[in-house]
Amino acid sequence: MASIPLFLSAAFHSCWLAQAPALETSKSSPNGLEALLQRLVHSYPAEGTWWGAIAAMLIACLAVFAFLNLFALFAVWLERKVSAHMQCRLGPMEVGPHGVLQTIADGIKLTVKEDIIPRVADKVLFIVAPIIVFTGTFIRFAPLPFGDYLVASDLNLGLFYIAAVGSVEVLGVIMAGWSSNNKWSLFGTIRTATQMVSYEIPIGIAFVTVAVSAGTLSTMQIVEQQSGWFWHWFVFRNPFLMVLSIIYLIASLAECKRSPFDLPEAESELVSGFHTEYTGIRFALFFLSEYAAMYLVSGVAVVAFFGGWYLGIPVIDRIGAAPDSSALAFVIGLLIKAHVLIGKAVGLVFVQMWVRWTLPRVRLDQMMSLCLKVLLPISLACLVGSALWDLFMGSLASGKEYSMFFWLE
Amino acid sequence: MRDIRTEEMLLNMGPQHPSTHGVFRVVIRTDGEMVLETESHIGYLHRCFEKVAENVSYVQVVPYTDRMDYVCSMINNLGWAEAVEKLLGIEAPERAQYIRVMVAELNRIASHLLAFGTYGMDIGAVTPFLYAFRDREKILKIFEKLCGQRLNYTYVRVGGVSFDITDEILKDIEDFCNYFEPDIIDEYNRLLSYNGIFISRTANVGVIPRQMAIGYGLTGPNLRGSGVRRDLRKDEPYCIYDRFQFEIPAGSGEQGQTGDCWDRYMVRIREMTQSIMIVRQALKGIPSGLHLDKKLQLKVKPPKGEAYHKVEGARGELGFHIVSDGSEKPYRVKTRGPSFCNISVLDELTRTGKCMVADMVAIIGSLDIVMGEVDR
Amino acid sequence: MEAILLESVLAPYLPAFLYFAVVAATAAGFLIASRLLGPRRRDPLKLSTYECGVPLLGGTRDRFSVKFYLVAILFVLFDIETVFLIPWAVEFRQFGWLGILEMFIFLGILIIGLVYAFKRGALKWD
Repeated sequence: MASIPLFLSAAFHSCWLAQAPALETSKSSPNGLEALLQRLVHSYPAEGTWWGAIAAMLIACLAVFAFLNLFALFAVWLERKVSAHMQCRLGPMEVGPHGVLQTIADGIKLTVKEDIIPRVADKVLFIVAPIIVFTGTFIRFAPLPFGDYLVASDLNLGLFYIAAVGSVEVLGVIMAGWSSNNKWSLFGTIRTATQMVSYEIPIGIAFVTVAVSAGTLSTMQIVEQQSGWFWHWFVFRNPFLMVLSIIYLIASLAECKRSPFDLPEAESELVSGFHTEYTGIRFALFFLSEYAAMYLVSGVAVVAFFGGWYLGIPVIDRIGAAPDSSALAFVIGLLIKAHVLIGKAVGLVFVQMWVRWTLPRVRLDQMMSLCLKVLLPISLACLVGSALWDLFMGSLASGKEYSMFFWLE
Repeated sequence: MRDIRTEEMLLNMGPQHPSTHGVFRVVIRTDGEMVLETESHIGYLHRCFEKVAENVSYVQVVPYTDRMDYVCSMINNLGWAEAVEKLLGIEAPERAQYIRVMVAELNRIASHLLAFGTYGMDIGAVTPFLYAFRDREKILKIFEKLCGQRLNYTYVRVGGVSFDITDEILKDIEDFCNYFEPDIIDEYNRLLSYNGIFISRTANVGVIPRQMAIGYGLTGPNLRGSGVRRDLRKDEPYCIYDRFQFEIPAGSGEQGQTGDCWDRYMVRIREMTQSIMIVRQALKGIPSGLHLDKKLQLKVKPPKGEAYHKVEGARGELGFHIVSDGSEKPYRVKTRGPSFCNISVLDELTRTGKCMVADMVAIIGSLDIVMGEVDR
Repeated sequence: MEAILLESVLAPYLPAFLYFAVVAATAAGFLIASRLLGPRRRDPLKLSTYECGVPLLGGTRDRFSVKFYLVAILFVLFDIETVFLIPWAVEFRQFGWLGILEMFIFLGILIIGLVYAFKRGALKWD
């Protein structure tokens, strides 16, 4: 487990460093490894050509994408293992040690399976739908950091982009369900539309509240504001954000169509919901997207509420952060930060799995009233409360003491 | 909203559907997610049990009874064996009677465990299912030791039981009782029974009022869930059930209205505790002696006449009416199956106008049908 | 060219576009790979719609009641609100007390709308 982020973050650095424009590391005499690193660090934009920049970006995108695909494969295996051990079973054990290669074997099997399109289906939509779901899920990762400097694209609208692009996936799901021309798929589709659309509201309000506290929507800057001790994390900033982080976690379960909100594919009611008619690789695309989305919502939660790449212990967080630190220390610092962020996100993914294998499923009307009658009013109240808190604390205490634990310092 | 006209949709659920518990088929007329009306179709698993029984000897019918309610075969065997014994005017040996009670109650627990697990799955919780199977497995292991079979036991025979119970198996049964009660049942309650989402999905859903339950001839946990304390083991004791102390749990509307899905579910959970009580008493009282009247093992030839015998199955009253013409084969057999009667209430339950598609699944699951016995 | 590319406001979105291209190409690639690798043995039953094991019963292209219109309207109400809130949220510190007062009025109107929808039974399903 630990080796996966290690390997990947090592792979990341070689490409991400290339696009860190604001980076100013030491100018000490270059030799050996440090020279190599510095060349990578300064290759863009200092001596960059436009095709060099694009190549660097492309490598970065490929790295993110590769990480996500590997993560999705890993998460599928993890989910099977987690559920198995929660249910007094062993889960996959045959392919590879403890079945780690099981998902890859399944993936190969799904790829070489016959690709079936039902006769009555709307062919074009049926083919396009999984691509849209897959693309819609994965492009949401563009502004999501995987560590300090490790981001495919640091957009100034980061959180807003994530929320907005999330709607694309809903479209894909609706296309999938409708084009299948199957009643179970249709039911699943309608449920998806209702559910994902409704739960976008509390998520949106949570994002707005974070933006109020951070004064920006850029994911990188939001994390930057949570540096220092762990009570600087937004979740501990004030009681309202604490409540909102829980609301966000609940709503993100619904956004990912995860239990207890797995109504769109409720297997005991709707057989498989919107992907009833999907087989082979098309089904695999839905499946990969689902697990990638789990990482996405967890990663966003970590960025927005749980301190991003900061461990919350300044001694560790400061490794390699000083302007005069060596390139090696800088890279070690980056590695630590990447591990912290990915570790926190995987922890939240585990919580999602834990919830799934514990709770029963809610009913459609309960799901709707939970969203619109409980989560929405509470999140609005938290938005107002958090804004007032920031304004009040900001006028009361000079400087950065917004945290409700400021007295600890 | 009322101005927007929408069309009703026919939704076909089953015979191949994850939560129709076999090959039950319901055609649902829906308006969006709301169920307007349902029409049940049965018969996909029809195997002519009654006709087959006319063509084989009394002893040979026993394996066919296994395959009726295949999750509690012991009680089916028991019903048939006792019906034939009634026809013959004999009683099984004392030791066999105790063994019968024990295996019947253990099988009742196994059956309720399956009901518990699949019900959790219907509501969307998968883990209780595997917990239930973990514990059901222990019972099946005991049965396997006892008769070599795990599902279709053919263990209770006319005139006794096919194999004697050994001290080792008695010890296993005792161990199981100590393991299962109260810890495991508490675990189930913590995991599922009192879970907020589970209660909100099952309380006040599929309410069968007392009169309706009696009117539809419901029996077993479904009837008791509506608050009617009727149990053949108590009201019309057969075998040696009158020797044991136990209670009959009944629904009381603890989380909603009396007779809702939660009540029916909870009756099963509470019955498991009572069954363990019975098994413990039987373990204490089991005498030594014969386990089978060997004369009856192969050939039974009852006198002319007829007999009706009913036992309390895991799903309710299981009755066998046998008409004998004095030959080795029954002249006519009629079965009163509990699931068959219990499923009849479904169409009325869903016609309330408040039932959603998700509730359909909750209601079908709470009735705990076994299609093998509905279709026979 | 490169100056425009790298210095415009949209410059940060360039990687996002590239990323989009990578993802979409991969998804399409998967499908093509499957088409090439998988067998193609069609028969009418395989291509039929899953209807729980019986022949098709009625169509799926009917008008379908989902109470969806109200849900959609509620969604538009609050999603648009979120969009309006975002610029305010980012510049919140500059606006100070006056800004928060204005936003309270805006939220108040929305909440009145929500309460009205509840009172009209927008979330009653039967």
